[in-house]
Amino acid sequence: MAEQMTIHLRIWRQAGPDAPGRLVDYTVAGANEHMSFLELLDVLNEQLVHRGEEPVAFDSDCREGICGSCGVLVGGIAHGPQRRTAVCQLHMRSFKDGDRIVVEPFRARAFPLVKDLVVDRSAFDRIISAGGFISTTTGGAPDANALPVSKDAADEAMDYATCIGCGACVAACPNASASLFTAAKISHLALLPQGSVEASRRVVAMVRQMSEEGFGDCSNHTECEAVCPKGISIACIARMRREYVKAVLC
Amino acid sequence: MATPAQSTLHAKVPAGRLQDKWDAYRDTVGLVSPANKRKHSILVIGTGLAGGSAAATLAGLGYQVTCFCIQDSARRAHSIAAQGGINAAKNYPNDGDTIWRLFYDTIKGGDYRSREANVYRLAQVSGNIIDQAVAQGVPFAREYGGLLANRSFGGAQVSRTFYARGQTGQQLLLGAYQALSHQIATGNVSMLPRREMLDLVVVNGHARGVITRNLVTGALERHLGDAVLLCTGGYGNAYYLSTNAQNSNVTAAWRCYKRGAYFANPCFTQIHPTCIPVSGGYQSKLTLMSESLRNDGRVWVPRDPEDRRAPAQIPEPDRDYYLERRYPSFGNLVPRDVASRAAKKECDAGRGVGTTRLAVYLDFADAVGRLGEQTVRERYGNLFEMYQRITGENPYKEPMRIYPAVHYTMGGLWVDYELQSSLRGLFVLGEANFSDHGANRLGASALMQGLADGYFVIPYTLGAYLSGARLDSSITTDHDAFVSAEREARERLHTLLSAQGDKTVTQYHRELGQLLWNHVGMSRNREGLEAAAAQIRALRQEFWERVRVPGDNDTYNKNLEFAGRVADFMELGELMARDALEREESCGGHFREEHQTAEGEALRNDQDYAHVTAWQYAGSETAPVQHQEPLVFETVQPTSRSYK
Repeated sequence: MAEQMTIHLRIWRQAGPDAPGRLVDYTVAGANEHMSFLELLDVLNEQLVHRGEEPVAFDSDCREGICGSCGVLVGGIAHGPQRRTAVCQLHMRSFKDGDRIVVEPFRARAFPLVKDLVVDRSAFDRIISAGGFISTTTGGAPDANALPVSKDAADEAMDYATCIGCGACVAACPNASASLFTAAKISHLALLPQGSVEASRRVVAMVRQMSEEGFGDCSNHTECEAVCPKGISIACIARMRREYVKAVLC
Repeated sequence: MATPAQSTLHAKVPAGRLQDKWDAYRDTVGLVSPANKRKHSILVIGTGLAGGSAAATLAGLGYQVTCFCIQDSARRAHSIAAQGGINAAKNYPNDGDTIWRLFYDTIKGGDYRSREANVYRLAQVSGNIIDQAVAQGVPFAREYGGLLANRSFGGAQVSRTFYARGQTGQQLLLGAYQALSHQIATGNVSMLPRREMLDLVVVNGHARGVITRNLVTGALERHLGDAVLLCTGGYGNAYYLSTNAQNSNVTAAWRCYKRGAYFANPCFTQIHPTCIPVSGGYQSKLTLMSESLRNDGRVWVPRDPEDRRAPAQIPEPDRDYYLERRYPSFGNLVPRDVASRAAKKECDAGRGVGTTRLAVYLDFADAVGRLGEQTVRERYGNLFEMYQRITGENPYKEPMRIYPAVHYTMGGLWVDYELQSSLRGLFVLGEANFSDHGANRLGASALMQGLADGYFVIPYTLGAYLSGARLDSSITTDHDAFVSAEREARERLHTLLSAQGDKTVTQYHRELGQLLWNHVGMSRNREGLEAAAAQIRALRQEFWERVRVPGDNDTYNKNLEFAGRVADFMELGELMARDALEREESCGGHFREEHQTAEGEALRNDQDYAHVTAWQYAGSETAPVQHQEPLVFETVQPTSRSYK
């Protein structure tokens, strides 16, 4: 049987966007190493319901690190201390008995708070709507093998396409920039011949939208890469800048 | 003997040769002109592969689409978690694949409990899906020459599966999401995230709208449309522990059932053989390890139940590679239902491994030796990482421990050839319908079906409906049907909040899940099913008196959302048990202990059960009415399914 742990949590509670918020202390006994961090919050919430208190609100869905729904600051780090791991896949073996952990929402002007640990990341959807696609309608696509794509290009495009849109990059950035998110999509599509047709229009529109949403600019802190659960490289930000310069100057 | 059905359902399958049916349908189907498409508003519920692709495609055609999703973004639907791949009869490897073979493998894999014409159409459009996805920029795996790579999957002897590492569902979903985002930008789609459909509005026998709840403000909303497309996925979360996402649920489909849409084959659930085993009572979900791992991983248990040595210390002669032994021609790549039952059989015989003894080994030592660690890493790297994150063990060094878990539901709302339910104007796509996978789905076929329905089937069949239906254009959301549906939804929420009992929603969900897993799981028998139905009924009654739902309606309240869903899962659970009881045969994932061969394989009864069972709601305390659609096999001859 796995060893039991007692964990002390200090969690941001805020009833709504306009309500005052504060950190509240909770203690959860009976945690163990196989439990995920969100399952620890589940256990806490069950206890709160039994005590007649309001459970802690947080977003989560697939719980296997791919949907991008979850995301909180654990001990001041987006998604917590384990690298390349979304918080739903962070397991309590990363902690020890008696640890004190502060849990806060992803904070950014462009991510308004909804409740407790839940924020509104719809700005990301609007960035994609601005140009993060290849304009196709259904039907009429040529045979999939009609256009060879080098394995290297396809692999690198895939590296960027694995972004799960969780927003950790924004939460970790001192400027609350969405550059990693935006550049990952720009790079994914620009690396493929299918996507190069609209590359200029795409980069200009997406960068403009990113700025209109209230995200800051990138000043190379590289915090985003450090917390990205998919390990997306900031090399894409350099590519975004090259694409942007090409689009507006060439 | 099967109970006589109230009526026989007609699926509107076109006449003619199997190979010609879809072409013949498209040649003669009614069309809606471009100018008229703009006048039709279509409600699409869900943004997974089926909903996302349908919404993007219909908006591209010019329809006015309103699209709803339960998550905070359309990009997060649970299709995103599909790992291994998508099948298509492209025959790029020149290894003998054809449309016919994909059709045949799928219908055989489904144990001859699916509709021939639908499955053939699915195989026919499979190649178009790959073309479409590549045009969208989906970065499928490629060979050095720049052409697309393929791998093999369970239940097939050709390599027809396209993949993007172990994240094929993610990439296909993002392709559909980006196409949808494009349409949102053009103004053809109004996208409403964080909405849950709480009821279907039926006016004069036609589905004309939905009631949704805004999950942030709690506001109930009425939406009017000319057709409703339900793309809300499967009901595997009825079992509490499954590979489904937290928000996956049956509520939208169940509301449609209660409004008159028939629910087909609810007992057909898929238990996936390769999942990470249960570790404790706090667990919120089970994690799948892609079937693609069985390409290179070998499944085994120690021969001797008392053998407690570490796996590496157990020499070859003391291991039983039971799938290779029992099924020499398919080996580790037998279909999911067969592999799951085989794992259960070994564990039931005491040969299970790990602390719970409810696991078998999936071993990559041979593959690492043959291919090198680097190649194995390229093929499965992200899956191995995920396994290590969850278990703390390194699968490059020691075998994975795996056990079956609930993964997919083949049952769902009954639809005809046009994907229309028994309610006019309600179309059901993807996992939410029952149509293509029979009693067992083959790997890499869910993505194929969701996208086939959304990209290539519904654009034709919806036009057929709209061009023929004479819809009353004077209906507004002030109509009595809207008013009363909204009132009922409000009262239900109020009842849930006011019970203020002593048990949590999760406690009820776990109890229901345990009942279903024990009695309506991998192995079923009459006694267990009758007991389960009675116990679920009792649990359901208790729920409404003793449940405690904290918080209010006018705020983000997960417990309130879940309470409504668990209440519906309980009603569904009872129907699953009833359906399993009614089907006196073993087929695919439905294994009735009373019906097996001397070797313990599933024993079908084509004489009495070559039909779809579709249930019609008749009131909360009244038994549902049974209808049947006979399955007529014009082209294939149902045989005993053998993978030996």
